[in-house]
Amino acid sequence: MAVRVQREDFDIGAEIAAFRRADPGIGAIASFIGLVRDLNDGVAVASMTLEHYPGMTEKALSGIVADAKQRWDIIDALVIHRIGELRPLDQIVLVVVTGAHRGAAFAACEFIMDYLKTQAPFWKKEQTPQGTRWVEARASDDQAADRWSEPQAK
Amino acid sequence: MSIRILYFARLREDMGIAEEMYDLPGESCDVSGLRAQLAARGGASARALGQGKAVRVSVNLELARSDTPVKAGDEVAFFPPVTGG
Repeated sequence: MAVRVQREDFDIGAEIAAFRRADPGIGAIASFIGLVRDLNDGVAVASMTLEHYPGMTEKALSGIVADAKQRWDIIDALVIHRIGELRPLDQIVLVVVTGAHRGAAFAACEFIMDYLKTQAPFWKKEQTPQGTRWVEARASDDQAADRWSEPQAK
Repeated sequence: MSIRILYFARLREDMGIAEEMYDLPGESCDVSGLRAQLAARGGASARALGQGKAVRVSVNLELARSDTPVKAGDEVAFFPPVTGG
């Protein structure tokens, strides 16, 4: 398991290559990349600043990955989340899940993102033409995380 | 008995401070009791932590509920609902 919080950008190809380490037991890799958009709720976004709670963030992300490994038959998972100032087109977050088969890898990847969105202590502040504003949490993110509370088939 | 309190994001700005040490008057309390005590100080604390504000709380780096106990030496953080990813 690997969890990183960093200011620097990440190279998806290099991260996946390093994470799979030529393990021939891996038959599937599912990944998700979150990006900064130039529009949020109809307002142009020039840039955003991401802050977090050092210590709790790493603990929360590690807990989410451990939970995913309990729930699905996956081999491992990697989470990288950026902080600091980001601009439209920039990468924010990377989740990579390795497994023997795609079903568990897809599901665990989605689960990790849904839980990260609602439980990991990150906050976004956007710079817009109207000034700065804190991004509001979305009810749809809570609903996305809640659906994993129902019994899951392994 | 003293606890360390941290504030993040909008709550840090509303409070005007990132952290403080706080002496709990009683033997122990829970998260909702602590929040009520802090808000009762008035001013920025009332604006940031008063009723009706969407506030999340952690105790010792774990997400907490309103009935999670708080004791001396704990690190408690108040922050808005998270918006990462």
